[in-house]
Amino acid sequence: MRLPEGGRIDRTKPLRFTVDGIEYTGCAGDTLASAMIANGLLEVAPSAYLGRPRGIFAAGVDEPNALVQLDDPMQLATTTELVDGLEATLLSGKGKLTGEADEARYDKRNVHCDVLVVGGGPAGVAAALAAGRTGARVILADEQRELGGGLLTENRLLDWLADAVEELDALPETRILTGTTAFGYYDQNFVALAEKHRLWHVRAKRVVLATGAHERPLVFVDNDLPGIMLSSAVRQYVNRYAALPGENIVVATTNDAAYGTAFDLATRISTIVDSRPEPPAGLVQQARELGIEVLAGAQVQQALGTRRIGGVRVGDRTIACDLLAVSGGWNPAVHLFSQSQGRTRYDERVAAFVPDTSVQAQHIVGAANAVYDLAGCLREGFDAGLDAARLTGFDGAQPQAPYTATETVAPPAPVWFVDGPEDRQFVDLQRDATVADVRRATGAGMRSVEHVKRYTTIGTAHDQGKTSGFAAIGVIAQLLGADGPQGTTTYRPPYTPVSFALLAGRDRGELHDPVRMTPMHEWHVRNGAVFENVGQWKRPWYYPLPGEDMKTAVLRECRAARTSVAVMDASTLGKIDIQGPDAGEFLNRMYTNAFAKLKVGHCRYGLLCKADGMVFDDGVVMRVAENRFLATTTTGNAAAVLDWFEEWAQTEWPDLKVWFTSVTEQWATIAVVGPQARTVLSIVAPDVDCSAESFEFMTFRDVALADGTPARIARVSFSGELAFEINVAGRHGAEVWKAVMATGLPTPYGTETMHVLRAEKGYVIVGQDTDGTVTPQDLGMEWIVSPRKDFVGKRSYQRPDAARPDRKQLVGLLPVDPDDLLPEGAQLITPDTPLTPPVPMLGHVTSSYHSAALERTFALALVKGGRQLIGRTVLAPLRDRTIAATVTEPIFYDPEGTRRDG
Amino acid sequence: MLLIPCPWCGDRDETEFHYGGQAGVSYPARPADLSDEDWGEYLFVRDNPKGPLAERWSHSAGCRRWFSITRNTATNEIVR
Ligand SMILES: [Zn+2]
Repeated sequence: MRLPEGGRIDRTKPLRFTVDGIEYTGCAGDTLASAMIANGLLEVAPSAYLGRPRGIFAAGVDEPNALVQLDDPMQLATTTELVDGLEATLLSGKGKLTGEADEARYDKRNVHCDVLVVGGGPAGVAAALAAGRTGARVILADEQRELGGGLLTENRLLDWLADAVEELDALPETRILTGTTAFGYYDQNFVALAEKHRLWHVRAKRVVLATGAHERPLVFVDNDLPGIMLSSAVRQYVNRYAALPGENIVVATTNDAAYGTAFDLATRISTIVDSRPEPPAGLVQQARELGIEVLAGAQVQQALGTRRIGGVRVGDRTIACDLLAVSGGWNPAVHLFSQSQGRTRYDERVAAFVPDTSVQAQHIVGAANAVYDLAGCLREGFDAGLDAARLTGFDGAQPQAPYTATETVAPPAPVWFVDGPEDRQFVDLQRDATVADVRRATGAGMRSVEHVKRYTTIGTAHDQGKTSGFAAIGVIAQLLGADGPQGTTTYRPPYTPVSFALLAGRDRGELHDPVRMTPMHEWHVRNGAVFENVGQWKRPWYYPLPGEDMKTAVLRECRAARTSVAVMDASTLGKIDIQGPDAGEFLNRMYTNAFAKLKVGHCRYGLLCKADGMVFDDGVVMRVAENRFLATTTTGNAAAVLDWFEEWAQTEWPDLKVWFTSVTEQWATIAVVGPQARTVLSIVAPDVDCSAESFEFMTFRDVALADGTPARIARVSFSGELAFEINVAGRHGAEVWKAVMATGLPTPYGTETMHVLRAEKGYVIVGQDTDGTVTPQDLGMEWIVSPRKDFVGKRSYQRPDAARPDRKQLVGLLPVDPDDLLPEGAQLITPDTPLTPPVPMLGHVTSSYHSAALERTFALALVKGGRQLIGRTVLAPLRDRTIAATVTEPIFYDPEGTRRDG
Repeated sequence: MLLIPCPWCGDRDETEFHYGGQAGVSYPARPADLSDEDWGEYLFVRDNPKGPLAERWSHSAGCRRWFSITRNTATNEIVR
């Protein structure tokens, strides 16, 4: 019921809401849970596995039972701010996704600060005040909508709190983030904060953790009945929300804290059941004066009732009640501290794991540091805040503490479980896991809490063990007869669930990853290109004419390149400008073949290997001047090759004078391919003599095109046909492409046709026909491995592994049926191999196409000892059939190389 | 996410860097003279301590310089 006065709700602002379709009214300032309690609604959906009745158990992020479906699945009633028109459906353990995209806009902010304070209870507010007054950049983040933490539960120092919030608000360098959960604490004080629609990435010079403590439940028979609630939650509902969850209350505790709850609710409390044989005399005295009976050295053995608690059994006595407030002690909330690599230790004095050593620039204060008296929390907060500010170069005076009275907190006497049916003593309410389950785990030989967690699923639900984790640790210790709790499970982010939509922010759809487009992209789009993604690049894949499918279009494009002329946008190739007097020497050391003596104006195809001798990348290198080269790389490897060059130049050979610049985007490249390529050139670049005698293969020249555009034309070929590459400054790319097309001769072609043409010639694509385990020799490219000079990786060819006869080698495959297309990636076996697993594999298909020139299908493959198998048959067993193919040389078209001169 | 001190640019987020493995493993001056075992050692064998490790990083999305730092692999503390 709603108390007639008190609380921090606004009774003048009623809010309507529904739970499972039934209408209720709450007040502004309520959570969904407090509004439910104010409406007498304590029971929530039954438990997920056993279907047992359950009730609201906590008041914050530690709630295990009160899950609701809102627009988002699996929200907690206890952390959901009540708004008008809220519609909640109670959930048993799991929710459901709506199936619709979250259309809300989420943003990210990256910020730096001097001091980040996590937690807005008394210690955190004190720390923020002390640090903020020095002028340091301070961020104070708290998961709750209102600062104050435990002060709001305990109804203490509220005037001081109001003044403090007002002062913090006015500090120009201090930012207060309420409703914002610090959920992940990573290296070097990188802390992730989740606001409702904003993700904060905070890099802080110092972090003050004032994350408070979580109250622990008690384990006894039928401890899951609705009407059993954490004592601090009862106190919070009454003091903060004026929502009374019961009229006739029993308190069961192992420690001092629950007495505060009892005293605040004195007239409605009949009994305090304290596990300690000698509770602090002052507290007992105060209870008696309020008419509360204190049973010392006693425990609740069993809760009585069916749908809601009706009483408790304590020894021989039965005590009637409609609410049982439990307190099994307190766990410092060390989640973030542990995520930040801080270590905890078990402290007998407070019967909990407490912060021990830390490795980051941080402070941990208040209840998170197992300091439970108010004056102590304030003192630690002020000290840490001022220390943190000083360590970042600011200074100020020690603040005046608003409360200094000494309160001694007596040691608790933890109880882990009781005698009685163990399958009704619940350790994890969300997982319906009991003491009996833990006993099964320890009986199966498990000792570590990590193992028991996985065996029983305790701590793996939505709440990640905030109430159950320590209960399990205690039960395990007692079952094993151990000296006390032995260790915790590992705390990992996120502290509370974070939605994917928030993490993604605006990096969705088109903004998920940058898209790179060549200067000719518009033309490709307008002319119907189908694109493929190559890294971040959009490359035309093929250009279907109306009615054409991919196969038909590619065969047509291939035919054009082999019989007339075709053009491709090759701008995406990586390009690295290499300059310096030692550039030639450097390339000599990197590439398998020699470059130092390459003539200016000439090009050479080069192969790069890693130190292990495996093929890494390839491309054509031009010598632009004595001290200047331009190296091309594969489209996908441009950044990796630049990194590779930098690594060797900087770390191994700093004496070499050589420098690198990426110029990939600076150039647009048009490949003009086919027997009529010269006709196109004669129109586009009429001043260039491109006859075979004058313009030799593997040379280039800097020229002016018909309209005066400066261009670098190279005679290189990746198809075996006569071909020229026209390179122009990126800004001229579109117009020169259009000028080439305006000749009316060429057919545009895409990457698929490029792949077919090169495969017909047996040219490999690094990354498709190689996979980091392939040497040049495996590819049959011994010719490119210089016997005279040293280069990175050369020594590896003398390793016995490089000479194994069963290394996979590149071969060609011709399917026996010329219309059969081998799937790329298909595994190959010898014909006599039985198909009973494990089937020994001979190799796999790396490239496979229909060929217009061959009028049949063909493939490239890596096959063990493949060169010895030329002429033999291999099989590719597929799901529904087997394709037989003949092993061939990996070159299918114009093996004499007669076509490249046109 | 690590905060890595680039000697040229100062402290930057880990995403700007490329990891280069253990530092101080230099390319042998005369690889041809090495035994298969020694060459294999150079290629494949690196220290893997729980604790401080000298390692190389490249500020690949920044100034592109390679440099060495010492990082504690257990705690990620970085010492220049
Ligand atoms: Zn840098």
